[in-house]
Amino acid sequence: MNALKQLFGGSLRQFGMLFVMVALAIFFHLLTGGLVITPTNLMNLLNGNSYILVLAIGMVMVIIIGHIDLSVGSVAAFVGIVVAITMRDWGIPWWVAFLLGLALGALCGAWQGFWVAYMGIPGFIVTLAGYMFFRGANQWVGKSLTVPVPTTFQYLGAGYLPEWGANTGMNNSTLLLGLASIAVLVWMQLSQRRALAKIGADVPPMSVTVTRLILVTIVIGYLTWMFGTGRPGSSFPVPGLILAALVILYSYITSRTIFGRHIYAVGGNRLAAELSGVNTRRTYFLVMMNMAMLSAFAGMMFVGRANASGPFDGVGWELDAIAAVFIGGAAVSGGVGTVVGSLIGGLVMAVLNNGLQLMSAGSDATQMIKGLVLLAAVALDVWQKSQNKPSITGLLFPSRKKEPGETPAPVTTTTSS
Amino acid sequence: MLDHTDAILEMKDIVKEFPGVRALDGVSLRVRRGEIHAICGENGAGKSTLMKVLSGVHPHGTYRGEIILEGKPAKFSNIRDSEGAGIVIIHQELALIPELSITENIFLGNEVRGRGGIDWLTARKRAKELMVRVGLHDDPDSQIKNLGVGKQQLVEIAKAISKNVSLLILDEPTAALNESDSAHLLDLIREFKSHGMTCIMISHKLNEIAAIADSITIIRDGHSVETINVPEGERVDEDRLIRGMVGRPLTSRFPEHTSNPGEVLLEVKDWTIRHPEVSERLVCKGSTFQIRRGEIVGFAGLMGAGRTELARSLFGRSYGRYVKGSMLLHGKEVSPKNVEQAIELGLAYVTEDRKVLGLNLLDAIRTTVVSADLPRISPRGVVDRNAEHVAAEKYRRELRIKTPSVNEGVMKLSGGNQQKVVVAKWLFTEPELLILDEPTRGIDVGAKYEMYGIMNSLAAAGKAIMMISSELPELLGTCDRIYTVSAGLITGCVDAKDATQEGLMRLMTLVPTNTTTAA
Repeated sequence: MNALKQLFGGSLRQFGMLFVMVALAIFFHLLTGGLVITPTNLMNLLNGNSYILVLAIGMVMVIIIGHIDLSVGSVAAFVGIVVAITMRDWGIPWWVAFLLGLALGALCGAWQGFWVAYMGIPGFIVTLAGYMFFRGANQWVGKSLTVPVPTTFQYLGAGYLPEWGANTGMNNSTLLLGLASIAVLVWMQLSQRRALAKIGADVPPMSVTVTRLILVTIVIGYLTWMFGTGRPGSSFPVPGLILAALVILYSYITSRTIFGRHIYAVGGNRLAAELSGVNTRRTYFLVMMNMAMLSAFAGMMFVGRANASGPFDGVGWELDAIAAVFIGGAAVSGGVGTVVGSLIGGLVMAVLNNGLQLMSAGSDATQMIKGLVLLAAVALDVWQKSQNKPSITGLLFPSRKKEPGETPAPVTTTTSS
Repeated sequence: MLDHTDAILEMKDIVKEFPGVRALDGVSLRVRRGEIHAICGENGAGKSTLMKVLSGVHPHGTYRGEIILEGKPAKFSNIRDSEGAGIVIIHQELALIPELSITENIFLGNEVRGRGGIDWLTARKRAKELMVRVGLHDDPDSQIKNLGVGKQQLVEIAKAISKNVSLLILDEPTAALNESDSAHLLDLIREFKSHGMTCIMISHKLNEIAAIADSITIIRDGHSVETINVPEGERVDEDRLIRGMVGRPLTSRFPEHTSNPGEVLLEVKDWTIRHPEVSERLVCKGSTFQIRRGEIVGFAGLMGAGRTELARSLFGRSYGRYVKGSMLLHGKEVSPKNVEQAIELGLAYVTEDRKVLGLNLLDAIRTTVVSADLPRISPRGVVDRNAEHVAAEKYRRELRIKTPSVNEGVMKLSGGNQQKVVVAKWLFTEPELLILDEPTRGIDVGAKYEMYGIMNSLAAAGKAIMMISSELPELLGTCDRIYTVSAGLITGCVDAKDATQEGLMRLMTLVPTNTTTAA
């Protein structure tokens, strides 16, 4: 347990969910006779879920500040139709349309953020209104019709990286991507060790770092091979790349910047944050606005994948995104949650969906099973917390005795007596 | 007279373990019928855990040892069981529903049934009777949120005695009350005793224990150290209690403080603030005062006198609406309009209620310490986590925060250590003026002593300290000067050396005339 903790930097809960995800994938792989872990299926999995995962990134921030956003699907659909129509009627290039879409998303978000932050109306209400309003706006603008988009736009939602250079038996773009990520991770680990040593903090033993790097190399190497050896012309998909970039960007923002700290502070205790000089209104506003921008992004990725924008795009997305966030370990009361956790939560749902589909389970069974999994994941978390254990992984790897010198854990005895 | 042989309750060798810690390690308690039995001990000594064992919050089977009530072994599996046996506990954190009326709260979970639902007429009548017994003369239909803390506490007691109680347990009943409300509550407990009720009272306030208890059990580190039976008409020696609680004699409850005031740092003139909602009410009425460098200045007043409101309105107008008045730092007029600006000017405010206003309990120590001045360690908006670690370690050492690592969550810390983290958070902003609002509330004797030491060294380093406290001995023991506040008005300024509790109390209860409405 201790070794694992060192290996994964203390974020054992996320590791636990990752474990669940891999176990699910292997389970379905075996059950379907080898249909799940194949290059084509993994690409489909990423292409077909990346827009939900993009939403989950924004949603976890909204949930951390103690609100919820029900409007994401409608905003995505509204932005999608506007972008599709402007490209058709004005003939603007795809990237101008894309920027226009983001700006429109920001505008929708500013509208909702204004009501939440400066008028003090709960996000649930504001975005329920937005859910209705923007759905209506989509159908009004598009006259309830489906509007196709030019092929250039499809790159966003279903594109692949180019093939070039010598024949390595793999897609060279994917290979380069894989090698580059391994190099960056090695460099990051080593420079972190140096930094820790410099300030005199505890540096993990070299063996731990090396083991960690070897494991990471194996995982990335395997994924590179998987995505690089698909049918000719395919590679690691563009939506997956966009998703990875956004996850890295937002992980950085939430964990390392002042703005990120303010999000957790406001969600953990708004009054204390205010008295520590945090501008809580601005934080609310920016988080709501950011969510709508990511909704716009997700909407455009979906339009690219579907080749068209329609009146029923984005229906039910908000609930999928919210489920991903809660499976990923966020708390309903706010203050808790991570971008990476939500990504993994969303992937668990995606693998489940995909596996059940490949087993040709009907949507009835799929829905029921997904519902139960959501409940089970959160219930297990709550139960683990009440048992004062470190959650899911605590079940998988029963804890040894406490490290010496550790403070007494139970909250009940330390608060007041 | 108390019968020494007739015990209503005996707890024998109670052992209660939590994962990784033994909270109770053989505590024994013997409570005689009809007495007021005080339990005292430092924070974390195990008092509340013991009461949770007794009231069935920790059910039978999760602890070892024996509970004998009225001569029979008691095995409670939940609170309902213990209430059925006549044990009612009133917790430190009041458990009332703010939106419901007094009547509804008193009978919550114990509703008066009539035909086809609750019999509100009878309930109201009985509530009225109970309220008379506790000396509460309000409308039984008024909502809890409109009552002060003192009256809320009385509602809790009315609720308790509505349950046919034979053993009443009060956990820190006066912690949030001012002196007059506390006195009323203690009178009430004495009156209950004269009617034959037995009370167990947990308290940090040793003078109250000395004034009221017939016997006292001292608990330290999960052991019962001793039980003192106080002979009728005598008072127990407070120093003896402190010795028992901390396990060593405290030569003085306050560290030696030599004052060395420098130039005037803060000067406030004619500071007038409106209530944020009720605009005709003034919470500060032309307050004028000054604080010098190196000086610890106390603000004494009853609850609701406007001390916290004054402090918070100075701290970036985080309370109320500004009417008029000026504020000078180093002789230069300033007007911080929000907390950010106040922090920039070198002001810091350690809030009175650390759990509600001071801390994000989900946060780690290291992130809390730097949270009030992130820009200082964040070039280009990115937090330098190494600088954060260094800062947190520095304050852990300097303030002696007891924790295995600064990566631990603040939730795990004891009250005294949590308070140190809050203080660290504000020291990190390198303030010139530190406002401390009830800095020692709810923390134990040892931690209080350390807190006074921290204040002294800050003053010695040339900082100015504005200290708000409801404990007069504390103000007299630590401050250089004390301002008294009554009904939003500063009614006096006395040198701490010449002041007495009685003198302060007179100034604190002075009700000025003709100043109740806005100018």
